[in-house]
Amino acid sequence: MKPAPFQYHRARDVAGAVRLLAELGDEAKAIAGGQSLVGMMNFRLARPHHLVDIGGLRELDRMHRDADGALRIGALTTHHTVESDPAGTLAQGFEVLRRAMAWIGHLPIRTRGTVGGSMAHADATAEWCLLAVLLDAEFVVRGPLGERTIAAGDFFLGYYTTALAPDELLVEIVFPRTAPHAALTEFAERRGDFAIVAAAVDLDVVDGAVRGGRVALGGVAAAAIRVPEAEAVLTGGGSFDACASAAAAAADPPGDASCGPLYRKELVRTLVRRACEEAMSR
Amino acid sequence: MTDDTFTTPREPQLIALNVNGEQHEVITEARRTLVDVLRHELRLTGTHVGCEHGICGACTVLVDDRPVRACLMFAAQAEGARIRTVESLADGSRLSDLQRAFSEHHALQCGFCTPGFLMLAEGFLAERPEATKEEIREVVAANMCRCTGYQTIVEAIDACATARRRACAQACHSKEN
Ligand SMILES: Cc1cc2nc3c(=O)[nH]c(=O)nc-3n(C[C@H](O)[C@H](O)[C@H](O)COP(=O)(O)OP(=O)(O)OC[C@H]3O[C@@H](n4cnc5c(N)ncnc54)[C@H](O)[C@@H]3O)c2cc1C
Ligand code: FES
Ligand code: FES
Repeated sequence: MKPAPFQYHRARDVAGAVRLLAELGDEAKAIAGGQSLVGMMNFRLARPHHLVDIGGLRELDRMHRDADGALRIGALTTHHTVESDPAGTLAQGFEVLRRAMAWIGHLPIRTRGTVGGSMAHADATAEWCLLAVLLDAEFVVRGPLGERTIAAGDFFLGYYTTALAPDELLVEIVFPRTAPHAALTEFAERRGDFAIVAAAVDLDVVDGAVRGGRVALGGVAAAAIRVPEAEAVLTGGGSFDACASAAAAAADPPGDASCGPLYRKELVRTLVRRACEEAMSR
Repeated sequence: MTDDTFTTPREPQLIALNVNGEQHEVITEARRTLVDVLRHELRLTGTHVGCEHGICGACTVLVDDRPVRACLMFAAQAEGARIRTVESLADGSRLSDLQRAFSEHHALQCGFCTPGFLMLAEGFLAERPEATKEEIREVVAANMCRCTGYQTIVEAIDACATARRRACAQACHSKEN
């Protein structure tokens, strides 16, 4: 199908984009890589009257590290830029992001799709949303009233729903601490599809021993979640198997036509164990 | 097109596109995707349309050297970028090495998917000339082919990459001597 008519506006800078979104109101949407939005418009699941194209805002297409090692990723950085990491920005602590990109769609999706677009779109199994929840990312957001920062725990509110106001732009995502022993893995029906269940872990490894860690799941709730029950097993010195079982027991996933809650729970068990093993091997 | 002029959404706008090294200007609605403008306005019908939501890859073209889905991009978003379609591969009636490899390895049957696979491979090999067969296999999973079963497509791309590497090695070698 073809999209409904709309008017196209090209933003020249962040302030201009925010002003346009505020002026045009509820009928306007930002477009970044378009890898989620254009498909929805082609099928008329979305019918914005105005599109504000932020794709040209090169100032939002960059990755760099702060002096304390924190990673800052501009919202318009593409999945492909992260995957190829041309300047080696992700070395020493953020390789997990680079490796996770292979799970996102396919090369021609990753060349256009952006980190900020994935976060703002907030699919329940999106890899970026899972990584943000796992690594306690912070979202730098700009609106007509200025800038604010939102913690990952407060950013994702449910299926395709975030704390972003319609006239706010996500400008930067900050990953405050390195994650040298982290991994993401998932299961999808076909390679490149959105996952049915995705699991990610970030282990605290001291002298070769696991002292604790974080466990996050996608595809078991309306947004990515952390699993304190599984994290407690890691802190208590339990095995990866025990951690995976705790995650499966704690998860209360939805069922749909293609796979029921019990199947998803089994996926959680398998994927959490695999993610732990991969994270440990790094 | 501009920051602050308001017109009715249906009003056509002027879009300037650089396609296969030539500058084109088209007057069309903002809702036209790149693939529709290529096919309907510029009559470059080599690029095909299947699903219109990013799944099949029939519409794959290069934008600034990278393979993208032309159905998931509005033409207006492509202003200022270099676009390459399958029509850019051959030199007159002489097919490119990649196209010849597809032909030699029987990498096409009905041919509907072929322009998409060619542009996917063209973009991928330019970025990763040293690609292994495994990497090629992974990349072609991006596009759908209902006829060939993919094996011959992988072989064609691998053969082309190998031949290019060999040619490059020879050229470099003879330069050194
Ligand atoms: C075939 C296919 C397979 C895919 N597979 C996966 C997958 O496995 N995993 C996955 O995570 N994704 C997948 N995707 C989606 C892809 O990752 C998209 O890139 C991503 O969801 C959206 O990024 P975008 O830049 O394209 O955003 P757009 O499509 O341009 O926008 C998406 C939404 O976010 C809003 N938005 C975008 N940028 C901003 C911003 N800076 N501030 C505020 N709002 C903003 C837009 O208004 C819109 O509502 C797939 C897509 C396709 C077509
Ligand atoms: S038509 Fe573009 S991916 Fe199918
Ligand atoms: S040759 Fe027929 S779909 Fe690929």
